[in-house]
Formats: sequence, structure tokens, C-alpha cells
Amino acid sequence: MTPRPNRPVYLDNQATTRCDPRVVGAMLPWFGERFGNPHSAEHALGREAEAAVEAARAQVAALLGADPREMVFTSGATESNNIAIKGAARFAAGMDTPRRRVVTVVTEHKCVLESVADLAAEGFEPVFLPVGRDGLLDPDILRDALRRPTLLVSVMAVNNETGVIQDLATLAGLAREAGALLHTDAAQAVGKIPLDVEALGIDLLSVSGHKLYGPKGVGALYVRRRPRVRLAPLFSGGGQERGLRSGTLAPPLLVGLGEACRIAAIEMAEDNRRIAALRDRLLDALAVAVPGIVVNASRSARIAGNLNLTFPAANATDIMAANPDLCVSTGSACASAQMEPSYVLRALGLDDAAARRTLRIGIGRFTSAADIDYATACLASANASASPVPIEA
Amino acid sequence: MIYLDANATEPLRPQARAAVIAAMDDIGNPSSVHAAGRSARRRLEESREAIAACFGGRPADLVFTSGGTEADALAIHGLGRDRRHIVGATEHDAVRAAATDAIVLPVDADGVADLAALERLLRDGPALVCLMLANNETGAIQPIAAAAALCRAAGALLHVDAVQAAGRVPVDFAGLGANSMALSSHKLGGPPGAGALLLSPRAAATLSPLIVGGGQERGRRGGTPPLPAIAGFAAAACAAGGAAAVEPLRDAVEHAATAAGATLVGSRAPRLANTACLALPGVPAETQVIALDLAGIQVSAGAACSSGKVARSHVLDAMGLGALAGQAIRVSLPWNATAEDVAAFAGAYQAMARRLLRRAA
Repeated sequence: MTPRPNRPVYLDNQATTRCDPRVVGAMLPWFGERFGNPHSAEHALGREAEAAVEAARAQVAALLGADPREMVFTSGATESNNIAIKGAARFAAGMDTPRRRVVTVVTEHKCVLESVADLAAEGFEPVFLPVGRDGLLDPDILRDALRRPTLLVSVMAVNNETGVIQDLATLAGLAREAGALLHTDAAQAVGKIPLDVEALGIDLLSVSGHKLYGPKGVGALYVRRRPRVRLAPLFSGGGQERGLRSGTLAPPLLVGLGEACRIAAIEMAEDNRRIAALRDRLLDALAVAVPGIVVNASRSARIAGNLNLTFPAANATDIMAANPDLCVSTGSACASAQMEPSYVLRALGLDDAAARRTLRIGIGRFTSAADIDYATACLASANASASPVPIEA
Repeated sequence: MIYLDANATEPLRPQARAAVIAAMDDIGNPSSVHAAGRSARRRLEESREAIAACFGGRPADLVFTSGGTEADALAIHGLGRDRRHIVGATEHDAVRAAATDAIVLPVDADGVADLAALERLLRDGPALVCLMLANNETGAIQPIAAAAALCRAAGALLHVDAVQAAGRVPVDFAGLGANSMALSSHKLGGPPGAGALLLSPRAAATLSPLIVGGGQERGRRGGTPPLPAIAGFAAAACAAGGAAAVEPLRDAVEHAATAAGATLVGSRAPRLANTACLALPGVPAETQVIALDLAGIQVSAGAACSSGKVARSHVLDAMGLGALAGQAIRVSLPWNATAEDVAAFAGAYQAMARRLLRRAA
């Protein structure tokens, strides 16, 4: 029996990440003496908060190769995705464009799929493209979809369940040739892989704070200035963020997001090296302890910290129930409570039975080798207890 | 530095700070089913119950948002479809911007809504009425319960922006009889980045979401909730004991200002005990706030918004102040204001008034 750890082992870093202690440290003064409203330009406390917000904006922009003026702060990636997709479509609708097609991929996060689907009611034509068994969108399939005048293509940079990295440079090139905007939900990618909006040719990019060791409740949307991408706001009010996103900005959360981006820019390569080594340690051990275990989706085009594994015998929910001190998941956190097999895995061609035997393991900055060894033991034992007893010959 | 701009944002309460820091230990996503997720979920739901209990709402019908602006927008977009928008003349920009093509409900010289006019406006078909509980510039408190009764009788929905009132006066959503009510964490001494919309059963059944995807908040608001900010919001809501404690200090502010030549704006209305709106005839508001800022006194000329410059107040215009509308500043006392703060304000204000009134004369 594996000894119980003194606290749960957290291997669900695609659901959310622990706020880095350095991020917490950077935020604390703003959860205290420095409480000014950054829009109170009339006095010193407000101006101090405004300066902090602008410094954070520069830190986020720097990680993406963007101009600080191209960053719009939001409450998180879900809101960023909603603004990017509905905002681009609604602005275009006001301009009377003939482009009605909005193209996305079946493995996107729910907030992208629902935002695109909702546009049907506003006269747009949603198109959902398939992926291959490797989880990747074939550029030829996008090229075909772009034969009809297309307003927007939304393709996530890194999938939240499988960790697969889409070939954004190629896909963005196709979108641009076709005169369509390219949006990417980069919630799982920012700070995990290098992203440069110029080199990739991206028009809109969504950022989440809590997926990169920053705080929950904050995110950003990159909006290209040259050539300028125009959006209609999701809601209006005081006109903050140049009218694109009204509401008082939250300096402590933004300072945290900025610090998280600053750390990611410096430590991403080292983090990835360490995380990949832990991933290999887990995979090597499981290959021995759980013969027949399958890694889903591309083995090469993936982030270091994600493994999506189909077990030969045990159901994912049984593995989780048997190991209350191991925090892993069956897929997207948002859908955790649903017992339905993941639509992402179905899109990869897994049948429902295989999908039910599939776990997502998310390794992160704060994962230790001991965590990995504990997880290995838990997973191996759970699968063994579900395996049919071998019959002695 | 003396901070008298609480209506822009309240200083963070120590209970809220402690709750934020404690919530940072919850590393999970509240939607995750594992131990870390369940711990985060427990904190989220305890916060929801605490806030609902403070303001007379049902936890199941409390939707967490990123703040007051989003809560207002969610209510107006989510409930106001196919309805005429009737909007109080002194509403916050968050409401005015969301309620497009609105019919303006006039207010009297003290900023109180004209209920006879509301009754007439309600006759013209299905409406969503937006009326704030307390005004951010003058502190004027609207007769919400009476307005709610008129709305109910006419089959209209009533949305209440209680962002400035919550924590300063007792607020009982169920007792008011409104259909939705917006709250903001940082206006009651919690951290920025969290807010809430309370819904009546009728509103809860019909609300359509503004931000979709993920199914959080019963499908009414997608996105991972901002847990540490929400925990701080709940702690602040529980700690906020009303603004009555600073009323004598506010009265002292007004006494000092009138002695120096100021006119009180909206002071005859029932109003928040922490807010004073002071007009100095002939002196532009911007000149006053700059002079006070240089003297280390932090006040404002109205709503803290995007422009970074002082715009003429639509609130004071609606009250019929004429030229005085551009000559008024807002002094709003935070929960931790002291007599020393007021003494410092009084000295700086009187010195400023002497200098600027002489120049204006």
C-alpha cells in the first residue's frame, strides 16, 4: 500500500494552477495599503494603481511579443473568448460585411464552441472542423472551409484535455490569405510554449491568469492594432479599456497576472525541461506497471505538462475514487460533474468505453518527483485491481 | 495622505484581506471533483451563502460576476430583451450604457426619482426599470420598495444597482421586491475583481447569460470564478456594519465646507451617511480636486471612470443644478475614516476655498 501524502498530490494543472508564491507576494501590497481605484486619475492613490496596471500590461504584452496598447484586460479567458468571437462578429455585422462564416474546431473549449454556436442566431454560419486521431487540425481541411467568405477562424493554441499544440503559424497564414481574422484561445499555452503574435500572425489571443500560476479572476485579450482588429464590446459602462471592456480594473489581480507573465518569460524553458523529465518518469513507470496504457493524441506536438492516458482496465472515475489524495481529472474541469464522456476524446476517435477509461494528468511547476512516484503507484494499483485475475495455466 | 474617495473604492477591510490570503491556499478549480476542487467549491459556496444572507437573497439565485458593471450588464441584457428600458436619470454609466434607447425617469432637485412619472411611464407596455439604491455622487437613496410595487402592478421588471448602498445601509433584496440587484466587492471593502447579481425567482427563470461556456454559475455566467476575490467579498460583506458610524464625520465635513462658502448638493434627500456633495460656486470641480490632491486630500469630481479627466456630471445636471453641476466635488468617507482625516480636510478645503473664491469673484 502506498503511504498517504500529507496533502493531496495535485496533478490537474490544466484545470488550474497554484498561484506562484512570488505572484502572491507581488499582489499582497495591492491587497492592503495600495487599494486605489486605477480610474481615479484625480488623486495620487488612483494614479499609483493606474501605473501598476500599466506595468502589468507591459509584462503581459512582452510575453506575447505584443504592444502593451494591444492588451485588453478581462476577468479571464472565458470572457476574452466571448469578447473576441462575439465582438468580432457583431462589429462586422454592423459594417455589413458579406463574410458570414465563423470557423472553429470541435475540440475547442466549451466557451469557444458556445460563443460560435450562439452566432447562428445573429445571422452567422458556424462551422466546426474535425481533428485527426492526433488531435491536430489538418490545414487542408481549414483551407477547404475558407473557400466560403469567412470572417473569423478560432483555433486553440493548446488543447486543455490532450495538451496538443496546433500549428498556429500555418493555420494563421491560411486565415490571413483568405482575409479572415484568426483568434486563438491560448489559455493553456501562454507561459507553457513560446508565443509571438507577430511571428505567428495572430489577430486575437486569449490569456488566462490562473492557468499560468497567476490568480483566478483575471485574463487578457490581445487585439491586433496593425492592421487594426475592430470589436464590439460584450457590455459597456464606464468605458474602461478603451471602451472594449468596462468595469473597474482589479490592480491586485493584474499585478499578479503581470508577475506571472514575467516569471513565465524567464523560467518557461527551465520549467518545461523539468516538467518533461517528470512526464517521462511517469510514462516510463506506467509503461512497465500498466501494460497496454495508451497516450492519446500527438506524441510530438504537445506541451510538456499534459498526459491524456487511456487505461486498459480501470475506469477513470474508479481510479479517482480509489485515490482520494490524487488530484487528476477526466477532462475539462467545467464538465467534471458531468458523467458524459469527453467530446474532445470522441473527436479523436475514442469510443465511449475507451473515453471512460481515460484520465488527464497535468504536471506543473510545483510537481515533485515524489508526487510522480506516488501517482504512479496509485494508478498502477487502481488499474491492477480492475484487471481480470489472470488464470494460472 | 487623506483618503476621502470611498465611493470610488473602499479600503480593503482586514477581514477581507485575511480571507483573500486564506483562499490562496485553495489551489484547486471549484469545478473540479477531486479533493482540491471540492475544497475550493466549499469556499465558493460558503461565500455565496454568506453574501446572500447579508443582502436578503437566495444563494441559488446569486450569480458571481467580475464586478458591479458586469452584474448590471448581465441584468439589463439578460432580463431586458424585448422590454422598454426605463432608467433613472442619475444612474451609473454601467446601467446607462447597457440600457440603450432608454426612457429617462426624471429626478427632483435632491436626486430622488419621480414615482408619479414612473407610474405613467409604466403604462406603455412591458418594461425593465433600472433604479439605483444609492447614488454614487450624492448618496441619494431611492424609494426602491415603492418603485418595486409600481413595477409589480404594471408587470414590469425592476433592476436595482445596489453597488454603493450595500454595506452602508441595510439592504434586503427580498424585502425590496426587486427582480435583480447588482453588488460590487470593492465598494464595500472587499477586493476588486468580484461582484454579484441577485435574482428573484421570476428573474432567475428567464435570465440569459452574457458570458457563455463552461456551465459555471448554473449556466448563467461562464468562466472559473475568481475565488480569492469572492472569499474577500464575502468577508467584507459580513464585516460591513453600515456607514452610520461615519455620519458625524460627514456632517463635520459639510459644516466645514459650508462655512467656507460651499453649497450642499442633494442633502435633503434620504442619503448615505458617508457621502457629501459640495459645490463651490464659480470654481470648476477639476480645479478643486487638483488643489486638494496637492494638499494630500484624495476626493473626486464624480464617478471614477475611464476618461482620466473630469467630465461634467450627468447626475448633477439631472438634478437641475445648472452651472453648479460642473462645480461640485464628492467627499466620500471610507469605513476607517477618522476625526483627524476630517480636520485635515477642513483645513485644506477652507484654505482652497479662500484662495479660489477670491479668484472667481
